[in-house]
Amino acid sequence: MTHHEPTHRWIVTPQTARFTEPLVLQSGAVLNGYELVYETYGQLNASRTNAVLICHALSGNHHVAGYHGEHDKKPGWWDNMIGPGKPIDTDRFFVIGVNNLGGCHGSTGPASTNPATGQAFGADFPLVTVEDWVTAQARLAEHLGVERFAAVVGGSLGGMQALQWSIQYPDWLDHCLVIAAAPKLTAQNIAFNDVARQAILTDPDFNGGHYYGGPGPKRGLRLARMLGHITYLSDDVMGSKFGRQLKNGSYQFGYGVEFEIESYLRYQGDKFAESFDANTYLLMTKALDYFDPALDLDGGLAEALRPARADFLAVAFTTDWRFSPARTREIVHALLHNKRNVSYAEVTHGHGHDAFLMADAYYHGVVRAYMEKIKL
Amino acid sequence: MNGISRKDFALIGQWIKPGSRVLDLGCGDGALLRELKDTRSIEGYGIEIDDANILACAQKGVNVIQGDLEHDLFGFEDQSFDYVILSRTLQTMRNTECILKEMLRIGRQGIVTFPNFGYWKNRLQIWQGHMPRSADMPYQWYNTPNIHLCTVRDFEDLCAQHDFAILERAVLTNGRSVALLPNLLGSLAIFRFEQRR
Repeated sequence: MTHHEPTHRWIVTPQTARFTEPLVLQSGAVLNGYELVYETYGQLNASRTNAVLICHALSGNHHVAGYHGEHDKKPGWWDNMIGPGKPIDTDRFFVIGVNNLGGCHGSTGPASTNPATGQAFGADFPLVTVEDWVTAQARLAEHLGVERFAAVVGGSLGGMQALQWSIQYPDWLDHCLVIAAAPKLTAQNIAFNDVARQAILTDPDFNGGHYYGGPGPKRGLRLARMLGHITYLSDDVMGSKFGRQLKNGSYQFGYGVEFEIESYLRYQGDKFAESFDANTYLLMTKALDYFDPALDLDGGLAEALRPARADFLAVAFTTDWRFSPARTREIVHALLHNKRNVSYAEVTHGHGHDAFLMADAYYHGVVRAYMEKIKL
Repeated sequence: MNGISRKDFALIGQWIKPGSRVLDLGCGDGALLRELKDTRSIEGYGIEIDDANILACAQKGVNVIQGDLEHDLFGFEDQSFDYVILSRTLQTMRNTECILKEMLRIGRQGIVTFPNFGYWKNRLQIWQGHMPRSADMPYQWYNTPNIHLCTVRDFEDLCAQHDFAILERAVLTNGRSVALLPNLLGSLAIFRFEQRR
């Protein structure tokens, strides 16, 4: 599935798995059939013990590493972490990236055709949860002949999926890497998500979620992304990258772009609004809000993690205020309560939440060392 | 050390029951935990602040939790470990009494090792007008992390004051046990203690 081109670009081709067995979602809604788009890297070994699942975050997808073609500008979103000789070494592991259900990169989602109407699902696409994603990922694993993962790995919302894997399918994974995640959102996290959703839902072009064929709520999605982006960065990094720098050197006394930070955020918002589906954004933020494995449990997170059998590596970043190190420590202590093997690295990094996507020598060193100790 | 066990590690190993649950505060590169895992089949965890040491622990396959001993112990549950070890770190703690109490809150027993300030070579250097330096305290006065140095007798007094029962004591000089005049002839002290009930 992956091969080295003469130019040494690592070319990978996405594939699609079709599932016809109905999937009952946590909400009670049923998806009668669905497709998941995925990519694989490296080779599944003969004893099928070297598979690693990568779970993506809010705006991620199945394309975790390598390039789709010779002329791609950018590789997969976690290319600095995954590949031959990289911390998650595809010379040793068989790595799977999958676009989650409800996504907008090829898996069945709001923009897909609803077989009942012949039109795009739009707002009729059911809300899916982290639990539902894990169930669908497990079906993909079966489809690929993987009965057990050497590791399930994820950052941010992906880390929540990895954590959920350890609870939902405890015997399917040996190791669980939970990076820049939290055991559930805080009121502040939910508040940010709701402002983002309101930006989309109140866009006149939203049209109740049935906007395909029209312009779509690009203005709302742009605002949502701008807001989200602020929460992914730290005050420090914004200060050092942009500070109060002006684009034109002096105040213009108007509402156009003046400060560099405005220019940056608008650019990020525009780029995102062109490439992402607003319904998927809505659905992903709800999956984040709903995630709470300790919900209704007297024993809290420790009780929720009681079924877990995996060994864990947890990583957090010092300037991440979206999912602060204290949130990861909650996970660590719940695992200690359950006598799980767990290590925790708190990476000193200036970039806030987004640091988990960056190539930091210490962060990558710890992941590499941990992955190298995994027995196959 | 070169693969040969350090004498203080070997002694701690002898004191720890096989299969027990051990928390090593300030575990460094994880060498003690690795050895206890291999020789005593312990379930071990370390707490360490330094990045390079965390990496070394990960490379050894030792569980390690990054954090500051003075701020990050509160999340550990009461009596959740059989032993809590503080190896060559007591003298660097800002709040010495607090860390000792925390050890016995989290663990059923505590094990501490520290350089004995009462060692005759240290006394001699002070007599000669200088702050002491030795293999167990290899720092200059101006760059030492050691802010709360004590003698064997001082530590025993503190244990008495807090109702800690000393279960075992060993004093070493150059890796050899010292039986005679330990507060004068011993360079490194090792204590195992618990809360008196």
